[in-house]
This record gives sequence, C-alpha cells and structure tokens, in this order.
Amino acid sequence: MIKAILIFNNHGKARLSKFYEHYTEDTEQQIIRETFHLVSKRDENVCNFLEGGLLIGGSDNKLIYRHYATLYFVFCVDSSESELGILDLIQVFVETLDKCFENVCELDLIFHMDKVHNILAEMVMGGMVLETNMSEIITQVEAQNKMEKSEAGIAGAPARAVSAVKNMNLPEMPKNINIGDISIKVPNLPSFK
Amino acid sequence: MALKIVKGSIDRMFDKNLQDLVRGIRNHKEDEAKYISTCIDEIKQELKQDNIAVKANAVCKLTYLQMLGYDVSWAAFNIVEVMSSSKFTYKRIGYLAASQCFHEGTDVIMLTTNQIRKDLSSPNQYDTGVALTGLSCFVTPDLARDLANDIMTLMSHTKPYIRKKAVLIMYKVFLKYPESLRPAFPRLKEKLEDPDPGVQSAAVNVICELARRNPKNYLSLAPLFFKLMTSSTNNWVLIKIIKLFGALTPLEPRLGKKLIEPLTNLIHSTSAMSLLYECVNTVIAVLISLSSGMPNHSASIQLCVQKLRILIEDSDQNLKYLGLLAMSKILKTHPKSVQSHKDLILQCLDDKDESIRLRALDLLYGMVSKKNLMEIVKKLMLHVDKAEGTTYRDELLTKIIDICSQSNYQYITNFEWYISILVELTRLEGTRHGHLIASQMLDVAIRVKAIRGFAVAQMATLLDNAHLLTGNTQRNGICEVLYAAAWICGEFSEHLEDPMQTLEAMLRPKVATLPGHIQAVYVQNAAKLFATVLRKHEGDTDSQAAQETSQLLIDRLPLFVQSANLEVQERASCILQLVKYIQKLQQKNVEVAEEVTALFAGELNPVAPKAQKKVPIPDGLDLDSWINEPPSESESEDEKPKAVFAKEEPKHSRRHTEVDEKELARRREARKQEQANNPFYIKASPSSQKVYDAPGVEHIPVVQIDLSVPLKVPGMPMSDQYLKLEEERRQKEKAERKKKEKKKKREKRGKERKADSGPESEEDITPAHQVDIVTEEMPENALPSDDDDKDPNDPHKALDIDLDKPLADSEKLPVRTHRPEVLKSPAEDRDSESIPQETKKKSGKEKKEKKKDKEKDRKRSKEDKKKKKKHKEVEEELPESQPEEAIQSEETKEVAAPPTSTSAEASDLDFWLSSAPVPPAAQDVTAPSSAAAVDMSSAAAPESEPEEPKDAEPEDMKSSKHKKKKQKKEKEEKEKKKKKRHHHHHHHSDAGGEDSVQNGTVEDEEPLPPMSNYSLLAENSYIKMMKEDADQVYDIQGNHQDESKVVVSVIFENKSDSFLKSMEFNVLDSLNSKLQRPEGAGPHDGLTVPFQLPPGVSNEARFVFSVQSIVMPQKLKGTLTFIVKSDESSTHEKLDFKLHFTCTSYLITTPCYSDAYAKLLESGDLKGSSLRLEGINMPFHHLLARICFHHHFSVVERIDSCASMYSRSIQGHHVCLLVKTSDQTVSIDAKCDEPSLLGNVLDEIKQTFSKC
Repeated sequence: MIKAILIFNNHGKARLSKFYEHYTEDTEQQIIRETFHLVSKRDENVCNFLEGGLLIGGSDNKLIYRHYATLYFVFCVDSSESELGILDLIQVFVETLDKCFENVCELDLIFHMDKVHNILAEMVMGGMVLETNMSEIITQVEAQNKMEKSEAGIAGAPARAVSAVKNMNLPEMPKNINIGDISIKVPNLPSFK
Repeated sequence: MALKIVKGSIDRMFDKNLQDLVRGIRNHKEDEAKYISTCIDEIKQELKQDNIAVKANAVCKLTYLQMLGYDVSWAAFNIVEVMSSSKFTYKRIGYLAASQCFHEGTDVIMLTTNQIRKDLSSPNQYDTGVALTGLSCFVTPDLARDLANDIMTLMSHTKPYIRKKAVLIMYKVFLKYPESLRPAFPRLKEKLEDPDPGVQSAAVNVICELARRNPKNYLSLAPLFFKLMTSSTNNWVLIKIIKLFGALTPLEPRLGKKLIEPLTNLIHSTSAMSLLYECVNTVIAVLISLSSGMPNHSASIQLCVQKLRILIEDSDQNLKYLGLLAMSKILKTHPKSVQSHKDLILQCLDDKDESIRLRALDLLYGMVSKKNLMEIVKKLMLHVDKAEGTTYRDELLTKIIDICSQSNYQYITNFEWYISILVELTRLEGTRHGHLIASQMLDVAIRVKAIRGFAVAQMATLLDNAHLLTGNTQRNGICEVLYAAAWICGEFSEHLEDPMQTLEAMLRPKVATLPGHIQAVYVQNAAKLFATVLRKHEGDTDSQAAQETSQLLIDRLPLFVQSANLEVQERASCILQLVKYIQKLQQKNVEVAEEVTALFAGELNPVAPKAQKKVPIPDGLDLDSWINEPPSESESEDEKPKAVFAKEEPKHSRRHTEVDEKELARRREARKQEQANNPFYIKASPSSQKVYDAPGVEHIPVVQIDLSVPLKVPGMPMSDQYLKLEEERRQKEKAERKKKEKKKKREKRGKERKADSGPESEEDITPAHQVDIVTEEMPENALPSDDDDKDPNDPHKALDIDLDKPLADSEKLPVRTHRPEVLKSPAEDRDSESIPQETKKKSGKEKKEKKKDKEKDRKRSKEDKKKKKKHKEVEEELPESQPEEAIQSEETKEVAAPPTSTSAEASDLDFWLSSAPVPPAAQDVTAPSSAAAVDMSSAAAPESEPEEPKDAEPEDMKSSKHKKKKQKKEKEEKEKKKKKRHHHHHHHSDAGGEDSVQNGTVEDEEPLPPMSNYSLLAENSYIKMMKEDADQVYDIQGNHQDESKVVVSVIFENKSDSFLKSMEFNVLDSLNSKLQRPEGAGPHDGLTVPFQLPPGVSNEARFVFSVQSIVMPQKLKGTLTFIVKSDESSTHEKLDFKLHFTCTSYLITTPCYSDAYAKLLESGDLKGSSLRLEGINMPFHHLLARICFHHHFSVVERIDSCASMYSRSIQGHHVCLLVKTSDQTVSIDAKCDEPSLLGNVLDEIKQTFSKC
C-alpha cells in the first residue's frame, strides 16, 4: 500500500499532497515538514530509500523519493510494495506529467494542482497502484479533459479568454524540470510499458 | 436562457479562480495568512450563490487551501453539493475535494450514499470512475455496507477501466466492512484471470494485500498464483505474486520446494532488477522456511548471495541498499554464507550514504567473531566520533552494544576492554541510550565476577567526574549511567581503593539535580559505602576516620531528605536516622561495623527478566482445578438460607489453605534441598567454562593477567590500548603454545592442555581473563515463550476470514457465486485430514471385495447412495471413477452435514503440492546436432546442478515419428485386468503396514535426482550452444486462432580464447514453423544475437518461433555465424545446428483440479490411446517427476502406484494420462482430443524412458 504521495519543492513548499489515510490538517503539514527535512539533507547521489519517518506509519514504512530539478516526489509506502517498482512508478508519473503538460515545470504543478491530482488518480487509487502503463493513463486523462471541454462549450469560452489574458502577465516560467537525464538511473523494467 | 448563461459566466470570470488564488498567494509573501483569510471570506460568499459553477470554483480553491494546511471541513456540505452536479467537470472537482478532506468523522458523508450509488451506475464511465476514485479515499463502514453490492456488480462491468477500479476498491470495502469479503471473494478470484491485464493486475494487487495480513486463508490459491507466475509477463504482477509467495511459504514448506526452481530460473533469466530482487527475497524466505536443508539448497543460497553481492557492488546506491537489506535476511539463517562477504560489508560502513551505513550495521551483527570483534568495534567507535546527527550515532551505539552482548557475550575475550568501551560511550552527548549503557554495565559487573574490581574502579572515576556527564543539558539521557555506576560502586564496594572518596563524590550537592530514581540509588549505595568504610577502619585504634564518615553523611543527607521525590526522601531519612544512631554508638566506642555490614550482606543473583513467567507447571498441577471445593451448584441452587454457607465456607477454605501452605512450604524446602545438591542448578555457564558453585573459589584468574593493567586515565580513550594488548597477548600465547607443542613433541607426553594444536581457530583464542559469565537465573525446564501477540487494533484482524467455507445463506448477497464446487465427500475429507495410513489399515481382502462391489456399483446406476459412500475411498483410487464420485458427493452434500470443503480444497492443494516439483519452464526443443551427439553426457555442463547423463536426450534416436496408434479393445481389457491385479497386490502390501502414498507424503520419499533443462544444441571448438527449455511458451489466441508462439532460449558459451562477436542466428523456416524476425526483415535474414562473448563467458538469447500446427514434431535447420576475433586476426566461422520441436514442447504445464479433470474425461470428446513400458526400474514418483519435467504434465491426483496427469497444448488441446505401475511395467492410458498429437507425445514419453 502507498500511504501518501507528496510533492514539494527544494524549499519544502508543498505542491501536492495526497494522503491515503486520514490525518488532521496539522498533522499533514507536520508530515510534509518532517519528510522535507529528512529528504532535503540527503546528497544527490545517495540511495532513494529512507526509513524513519516518525509521523507516518510505523517501522513497516519507507520513504521512496526522487528529486527532479526543483521538485521532490516522495512516496511513503509499506513493505508490500517493491522499492524499485515504486521508483519506476515515480518515473512513470513524472513522464506522464511531462506529456500532459508538455515539458512540465514546477509552475505547472503550482497552478494546476487539480490536474495533477486527476492524473495521479489514474495511476494510484486509494493507495494501490491502478495503472502503470503510461499511454493508458494518458488516454484516460485526455478523454476526461475532452469531456470537460465539451461541457464547457460556449459558456466556457469567455472564462478561458480571461484566463489566457491573466496568464500573460505570469512571471517568466522557469524551464522544464529536466527529466531527460534521470532515466539513466532507472532500473530496467522493460515490461512495465 | 443562453444569454443568462453567458451573463453568469461573465460574472464568473471576475471571480478568482484557482490560478488567481495561487498567484495572489505568491504575490503576498509577507502577509500570506492575511491574504488567505480574505480569500476564504470570498470563498464563503461564493459558496452562498446558487450558480454551481461558482460553487465548484470555490471548492476547487478550498482544495488548494486544504493542501496548505487550512481546515476546510466547514465546507463539507458544499462539497457534497458540487459532487452531485450533473456535469462531469464539477463532479470531478467535488469528488477531489471530498477525497482530500472527508474522513470517517465527517457527518455529511452519510448524505452522499445515494449520490455515489447513482454515479456508480451512470452510463458515463468517467462518472463512475471518478466516484470510485473518490470513494476509495473516504469510504466508511456505512458506505461500504451500503455500496458493497453495487461495487461488486461493477467488477463484472463491460469496460475494463471500470472493472479494474471496482476490483481495487473492493480492498477498501473489505477493510471497512469485513462481512463483504466472503461473498465477494469468488468474483475477485475470477478476476485473477480477467482478459484485461490491468484488471488482472488489480485483482492480484488486492489479493496480495489481503493475503499479506492473513496468509493462511489464501494458501488454497497457491496453484492459481503459481500458474500466473509462470505465465505472466507483467513485472508488476510478477513482483506482487512473488512477494505473496514469500508470505505463504512459511506456512507451507512444500510450496517452497515447488517454488525454488521457477524462481531460480527467473533469477537467471530476468533483466529487471526489481523482479530479480524480489525473486531473491522470496527464495530467501523459502530457504528460511525449509529449516532442514535439502542437499541442493546450498546452491540456491550461493546463487542468492552471489546475486546480492552483484547488487551491493553496483554503483547504483539503490541496488546497494536493497542488496544489503536482503543480505540481512539471509544472515538470520545462514550466517556462514554472508560472512564470506565481510570485506564488502565493512566497505559499506564507510559509504557516504547513511541509509546504506545503517543497513551495513545490521549485517555486522552476524559478522563478528572472537577474532575480529575488537577490530570491528574500534571501527565503529571511529564512526561514532565522526557521526553527525544523533540518530545515526545512537544507532551506532545500540549496534555496538548489540554486537558485543550478543549470545551472552560470546565473542568478548576481554571484559576490561568492554567496560572501557562502555565508559567511552558515556562521553556521547545527547544520546537517548544512557539506560542501555547502564544496563550493560550492571549486567557485566554482576555476571562477570572477575571483572568487578576493574569495573568498580572505572565506575568510581565516572562518579568522580559525574559533572562532566550531567553538565551540559538537563534532558541528557546519559546520566542514566550514573545509576549503574553508583549501584556498582555500592554493591561491590569491597573492591574500591578509596571508598571514602567515592562516598564523598556521591554526596555532592549537585547530585540533587539528578533524576529522582538515580538519587535514590545514590542514597542507598552511600549507605553501603558507609558500611564498607566502617569496616575498613574497624581495626584502627583511632576511630577518627570512621567518625568523620558518619559526620559527612549526617551533614549531607538532609539535602536528600528534602527531596521532592518520595523514594529519595524515604530512603534518605531512614538512613539518616540509622547513621545518627551509629554515630552515637561510635562515640561510645562500640564496634558497629559488623552489624552495619550485615545490613547489606548477601549476594544478588541475576534473574532473567522472564523467569517468573517461564516457571513450568509441574506435573500433576492443574491450574484450572479447584483448590477448595467449589460451592456445589446443586447446593447453591437449592434455596437454602445462605447464611449457613457463608459461615461455614470461609472456615472450610481456610483450613484447606493452611494445609496447603504447610505442604507447599515443605515441598519448597525439599526442592531447595534438591537444587542445592544439583550442581547444574542456578549457575550454568554458557561455554565449557568451569562452573563455580561454592563461594570462595571465585575470581581466580586462571591466566595470569598480562603485564598490561592499563593506566586509568579518566575520560581518555583506552579501548584502543586493549586492541594492541590483545594482539600482543595472542601473539604471545601463540608463541607459547608453539613452544609447548614442541616441548610436547619432544617429551611425547604433554601436560594436559586445553588448546589443541593446529592452526589458530576461533576456539583457540583464550579469553584474557578466565571469566565466569553467570547466566541469568531461569526456572528449570523453562519453556520458550511465544509472545507473538498480534496488535488487537489491526484492522486486518477482522479480515481473518475462512474463505473456503461455503457461503451460508445469510451471508450471500444476491449475486452469482463462482466458487468452484469442490467435489469431495465428507467421508473422504476426514480421511485426507487424518493420517492417510489409518484408512488403509483395513485388510486387503476386504478391499478386494469392495473393489468388486465398486465395479458392480458402476454398472448399476446410482441407486444405493449409502453403499457407495462406504466405498468412496476405493473409488477415489481410480480417476475414472471421479465423475461418479463427483455426482455422488454432490448428492450427499444435501443429506450430510455441511461438507467441509475447506479440507477438500486443502487436499487439492496437497495434491498440487505433493506432485513432484514441476518446472514451469516448458521444454521446447531437445535437438542436439548429430555432430554433438557423442558429447551427450557432458553436455549439461553450464548449469551448476549436477545431473544424470541420461537426462540429455539424444533426439536423433527418435527416428520413428509415426507410431501405430491402434487401440485394441482387448488390450484395454488386459490393462484393466492388470490394473485390478495391481491394486490387489498393492492393498496387500498396504495391509502389511506400508505407507500409502497420498496427499503430501512426498517428503517421506527419497529425493528426486536432479534434472536439467539444458541440452546441447551444437558445438565446435569456438562456441557451444545450449538450448534451454523455454521459460515461456505462450499462445496468442484470439487474434491468430491457429498460430502459436514458442520461445526458445539458447545459451551461447565461448569455449575459445578469442573474442566472439557479430553472432547471427538464422533458421531455415518451414511451412509450419517460422522464426519471428523483426519487421522489415526478409524471410532469410538472420537475427543478430544481442551480445558479444569474451573468452569463457556464456550468455543467453531468446528466439521466438511461430508455429502453425502442433500435432507433429518439427525439425528446423539453422546456422550460427560469428566472427572470431583474436589479437592478430579475425575470422568468420559458422556452426550448423538442428532445432527439434517435439510435440511435448507444445504442451504447457497446467494445473488441473480433479473435479475439472473428471468432467473432462466424462465429456467423451477425448480419444484414447495407450502405451506400455517394460523394465522401468525407478521409483514411481521419479517416473512421475520425469513425465512432469520432460513432458510438461502436472499430477492431478495420485493414489498408490497410480496417477492421473494433465497437460494442455498451446492450442488448447487437453491431454490426460493415467499412469500405473507394477513390477517394472508401466502402463499409460492416454486421452486427448487430437489423436495424432497424442500419438506423438506418447512416442516421446516412450523414448524418454527407453533411455533410462
């Protein structure tokens, strides 16, 4: 089981938090802080597994994380998950984000937390891995986006226009999260595709 | 209307949307909280509007704020409103918000039930999907109960997208509503074989999650998972299944035996590290579960350890970490195999990565020996000094103590060294483990008598420097060691050089700042020291010193009398009064020392913490029986006035207890006496060291201690000196020993010596001090405790449900059940549960009669159920009788008590397990080229497993392809007669006490000779090609109905000294069989082998062939071309070979339940054929194993010397065998729906055995 999925940046600002067990908002914030504290002090080239998150779960749990440019993707899982499998899942997740947002960067996640949640929902459900095939995930996400668009119809048009205008004065978007060079370290799991 | 909508949306666009909110927050970094609170006010306004779009927008923003840590539960009702919008866009927003902030305590959740139900049945699959996703996050027991049925229906939805979500969410439903598990389980099980891989994976996921918590309930699924494991190519699924098997094997060692082979194959073949790692993990679990070693296990362990070493050596830190993690599992059971990699693990201790260091630390525990303990600990001490961060340092500290104290200080040769290590550890600031160090100090000082002098001296220094320990922080856990120090100094004060000084140190005012329990010990031990001081000065003419001591106590103790801690206060005032009294006596010059010392006389023996619990119940003591006569029920029911008894009974009982107490006291006395006479009681020493029983003979250091009594420099590291000294000592000893040996040789009559000659081994290292490690006291015959209490709050406890029991009517939800009816009668169940032999004890004669009856029964139609029931067990012996039995047991089911199909399924499992280890890998082609046929026996080389020469099949001897397949009725009759005779014979022997071979008795049989999957394909001076059984034979049914694929693995081994490259593998396609080439390649192009071979290296490649018809064996000619590159030159070489596809290579090992098997035979679609083999001289189970192994059958059922077997071809033909043996003759009756396939398979079987 996956207990929680957290995304935060290099400063510990949460970009997405998904808890599959209930915690109060305060505890959730504490967990994010603690996890950030644990993860951020680790070097780049150390292993991606971490024990000893005190707040979430017991000794059975592990933190499995990846660090992409400005973002940490952290999965808290118990012993029924394969460590390398989860690492791969994170990779699939990030690659999916990259496809859905076209060169994803931190700002995409900041402004479209709901979309990230929707993508995640096609991969992990209630703490269990639902789908690992990226093209299948993307198909489902796109089909739903299409539905949303068709529902918006004329009524949505002005809102979209306004939103586009608003977006024009966004600060210059930092460049993409740079997924290219990490794939080397991913253990080879050929048939996951 | 349209205008209104547009107007609404124009209004809306001036509301903040999520992006605006985020942007706003980013622009208000200084007053974020204030900004957000204004936003929340806005949101509250928006939520009051009627427009659902506005509401949805507001809810979306709330979801974001929730992530930032704001409580949004106040908007729960609005979220429900948005959830119930008919538009998918808003619905999704609503469900997302709900999944983020709803939980069991949310009260509006009960309003959602109907909405969710509506969404679940929505025609739009994404409405359903969104509802399922949301529900998975906030399902409550109520929701689970109300919606279980709806979700169950969705498990059979037409769209796989819904199916997989419905399957996954069932796990959450089970957790919240355990009653749903049993009704839903059959369908869940069915989904394991869903055509959609995603659904299948979800089902595996759920069952694995369930089985992890309550594995025993899922044992019966093992065959199904085994099948999945050998057929699936999805690594996610494989990993889950393999992990599941890891959980199941401890419950069923036979399963482990079956698993080893396929897992080892996977380990060899997979390129996915995650899969490899999980395989290794499960193999380890299997090996742990098989406690008694089978001979070839060491090979598996070696394989695992080797693979793990590769992982640990990898530059990828993740693999390194996992390698170490798995290694520690091996360590528990096979420490030897891990120890050989000590170098590697010590290396990991220096890794920059803390996670890896921690894992390596775990492993160190098993690495130490007497020889290297000091060295390793020294290394760890260095790490302690360097360590940043208290967590890692604390971990190091506990590890050091663990390592040193393991198995009763087995590896410590010098306790002075250990004490000084402990003292050094006290210098750690801020550690949480002060109490751990303290308890070690106490333990060593109490149990190692020889060390007490040294320990006391060290502790006295510690006490003297107590300010160093307590100085910095109040929360400092290290002051716990003062507890130990004070106690040791007090208790063993006779060893103190200057007790006065220590006493002074213990009564310093600063002590009052220590925690209460430590102060209490200080006070108490001050009194002990006082006694010692008095005694010391007893003889003195001048009593000045003694009186000064008393005065000191009287001066200092009042401080403690005022302590807030009750314990301290009480002890202090008690002792203060005592000292005052003593002072009075002293002034009168009365000698008091004797009496004061008497206060603390006597030695404390170490008592094991669990000793009390473990006192065994003596024979004849029934704790449940009444000690006193219980008030008899009849009396109490008689309505006599109570007063009578109330008066009488207490008296009554008291008399009894008095007697009892006397009796007990007497017995206790007797037992003490007995124990006193028993030299083995109380103090047993762990090794062969001498036991000191009588006081007074103690502390005689046998080896005179080295010149090396270390300088006591307080607070300075000393342990290092010991390391050097220890080395010197060992050197010296060694030299001495050598000398003595020489002497011995010369004199030819040595003195009695402990150490043997020979190379220095572990045991030769004599401890520096002959120490007497007193074991903790335990009652006699103490039982090992099993405190495996489960956490009572574990939600999974509720899911510990027997899934094999048939559903009771009350449980059934109105759904179709798919539970396979297991057709075993109760009578038979009883048999399979009890020891099978028991049922066979009836005399052979009786059985023979029954047998005849049975034959008659058969002819008669089923009229006499009762009679049949009686004969069931006989019927069971013949698979042909299965159909009848099936029907019959169905009939009896209604009459008899609920049939225990649990055991029936269990026995199915037993059959599956007891069948000889079936390799899942199908053996495809066994085609040595004619050139290599001579080399047959040496062919099997590359696999490390030893094998018998006959395993390699010289296929060219299989000349006759076409055999007569005449089925003579006479022959069949003959067979039948023989069968009868055979059974007759067998029953006699059974009656003679021979064990019948039935469910799961394989362990009793002699182990099978190992068989190999490899056979030589072709060979020349450069290269050897070994064909391995393909580990996957899969069919692609559906798309190409008549085309099947076969995978052939070939190992290429470079035999030369040159480099082999550019290997091309080509086969001349036939009409029927074709090599699968990449798209765009011509039909005659070769396939490039994807690797090169350095000298002496072998590697494996796989080739896929498509096959049209499988009823005939096939031969394909092929060529391997390659370039041989040596230092000077490179040449082109080629090697011809012939690939032989036998018919059996198209068979897939498929487990089959006996009931399905019976139905199959009954159907009448199958055509028969038979085969007789003479002169087969091997045990029956070897025979079966061979058929299973070489021809890919699985045993359906086996009774005595008769077995039914099943296999399925890749095109779905069923092949059934009935194998019987008697007196070196084996007869095989076979049935198949494709006669020519059957004929060929039988021919091949015949050939297999003709070579034996």
